[in-house]
Amino acid sequence: MTKMTGAAALIKSLEHEGVEVAFGVPGGAILPAYDPLLDSPIRHILARHEQGAGHMAEGYAHATGRVGVVIVTSGPGATNIMTPLQDALMDSVPMVAITGQVALASMGNDAFQEAPTTGMAMHCTKHTFLVTDANEICEAVHQAFHLASTGRKGPVLVDIPKDLLAAEIEWHEPEPVDLPGYKPSRTGHSRQIERAIDLIMEARQPVLYVGGGIIAAGASEELLRFAEALDVPVTTTLMARGAFPDAHRLAMGMPGMHGTYTAVTAMQESDLLIALGTRFDDRVTGNPATFAPGAKVIHVDIDPAEIGKVRNPEVPIVGDVKVVLEQLGSALEARLVDDSLPDRSPWLETIAGWQAKYPLHYDQEPDGPVKAQYVIEQLLEATDGDGIVVSGVGQHQMWASQFWSFSKPRTWINSGGLGTMGFAVPAAIGAKVGMPDELVVAVDGDGSFQMTFQEMVTAAAEDVPIKVVLINNGGHGMVRQWQTLFYDRRYSATDLSGGSPNYAALAEACGWVGMMVDTPADVGPALRKMLATDDRPVLLEVRTDPDEMVWPMVPAGGSCSDIALGPEDL
Amino acid sequence: MMHHTLSVTVQDKPGVLARVASMCSLRGFNIRSLAVGPIHQPGLSKITLVVDDVAVEQVTKQLHKLVNVLKVSELDPNDSLEREVMLVRVSADPGSRREVRDTAEVFGATTIDVGAKSVTFELCDHPQRLSDFLALIGHYGVVDLVKSGRIAMARDAKARTKAGEQ
Repeated sequence: MTKMTGAAALIKSLEHEGVEVAFGVPGGAILPAYDPLLDSPIRHILARHEQGAGHMAEGYAHATGRVGVVIVTSGPGATNIMTPLQDALMDSVPMVAITGQVALASMGNDAFQEAPTTGMAMHCTKHTFLVTDANEICEAVHQAFHLASTGRKGPVLVDIPKDLLAAEIEWHEPEPVDLPGYKPSRTGHSRQIERAIDLIMEARQPVLYVGGGIIAAGASEELLRFAEALDVPVTTTLMARGAFPDAHRLAMGMPGMHGTYTAVTAMQESDLLIALGTRFDDRVTGNPATFAPGAKVIHVDIDPAEIGKVRNPEVPIVGDVKVVLEQLGSALEARLVDDSLPDRSPWLETIAGWQAKYPLHYDQEPDGPVKAQYVIEQLLEATDGDGIVVSGVGQHQMWASQFWSFSKPRTWINSGGLGTMGFAVPAAIGAKVGMPDELVVAVDGDGSFQMTFQEMVTAAAEDVPIKVVLINNGGHGMVRQWQTLFYDRRYSATDLSGGSPNYAALAEACGWVGMMVDTPADVGPALRKMLATDDRPVLLEVRTDPDEMVWPMVPAGGSCSDIALGPEDL
Repeated sequence: MMHHTLSVTVQDKPGVLARVASMCSLRGFNIRSLAVGPIHQPGLSKITLVVDDVAVEQVTKQLHKLVNVLKVSELDPNDSLEREVMLVRVSADPGSRREVRDTAEVFGATTIDVGAKSVTFELCDHPQRLSDFLALIGHYGVVDLVKSGRIAMARDAKARTKAGEQ
């Protein structure tokens, strides 16, 4: 038996879980934990704001598939990570947050830097632990990692009072996880598998509606095999970009509010949606009452609560989508011995017709203002599509998702469910820390960027050479788009151009390389220069057309059948 | 409106009641009644939760997502035992006391306190019986009232089957 402090046991527990890097900011209550961290092989990335640390942990988890770890202090440290926690909850990102708390005896007395951390985090995490006995630190950490990384992945918070971190305990290997109330199903029910195959054999116009669960489950290869075996077109949601190669003949791109005409219309016209690891989010369905009105639904998800929440499926399948896809594949193979799939060619021809007639579209005039879409296409060309793209939230996010051609999972990192502006820079830092050999490019907007740009300092200080392509349209573009379309062009509080900093100089001041271009001809060369710089982080500001809007568009709460290709359709 | 009675077995962990109650409120599930207490198995408690007739399947699934929730069963009102305790104080001067106590006696309510101007009864029974009693006794004027929240368990299935066979 080795005697050590609770803090040392905490760090040893993290090492025991295989943690290689933690993102955080120290402070009073977590102070004891930062001392043994000095002697630990765990790399600590000192963020400049706790929210940044949280998004870094998310970016790391998105890029690597491993659990992201964030360590912060009590009070404001804890309140500042509520946004990343909710973000991780909505996008099912595996994350463990360690928060310091005031001493046990002071809790509830409004002590200095006290906040009701577990109470606040209760609904924006998968689970929370408040440690009340230093001997339970090891178990709490072990269970937190188990919960975060299994079932429907998500954030788990462990709150530890300062006196317990300082207390002396005897180190012990954590007891095996004993959570009788937590037993996620992995295997789909065999009868439902057969019923799913029944529907698939009958369907004339099926669509594979694929969500982030495919990426979380590491099921991209299974998906590819299944889609090809069925010859069924695939739409990948915002969280699933990269789960299926965009260059594939069956790929239709993104569905939903700013999805492709083909993906949106194919779902509306479909007679069978095969929904995999997805949750019928309102950004996908529009008005759920008019969504895919003629479609039967097979819904596969690891979280039983997602099944039937928005749409009652004909065939519910609870399970790990990787396992279920294997089950479906074998069941299909067995069925095809005596039976054959319906002829898909009329359906695939219809889809090809839509793709030809209604592609994603924008107009870049050679001497006109730069279009953000053009920047994305130029970046795609300059990188050959090889790298990890991280985005903030807004128009640039939609354009990046639309115009990038993804070829593999974990190469698209964004805040889908919560829509957290400011996500890009810190998430890109986390992704680059996790995947140092990959090119990591944040495509950010000027509004989004200004919410967390202090983390540029972190990237420079910690030697994390990310690239940022800053799409500067001088305002909150997506909000402005709605004001243009639905508020009679009354632009309330969306103009950021007045007080805009000199972004290139700002980057230089932070130890980055800073560049700015504002003509279409300069975009390509500047991007290549950015990509050629490896020793320092680089920011390239591109001044773009403030009036450009994201199309197509299904207005919020509207029917996907009323998809608008431009303002004239609204 | 219809309602559903759920019997929820939980681990006795700090905050478990808060998790259950506030999950319901945040997801818009209206709680009509909630009663909680430890059971015979160490470390476990049972929550009897009565919710409105909205999306009971979602309530059940969301309850299951809480790590400290071990079991959720919906109780069929026709096939379960439901009880609630009520303490009710009604106005009764010496002149009307006899009459009030006669009414209470019909319902099996126990007199647990008598004052100069009031009588206090205790009644433990099916919630419907409590309502019936209250409707009658209410005419005398309710001074104070408290209810425990509903507790419930399923009837013994084996015993019922045997009774059915006979």
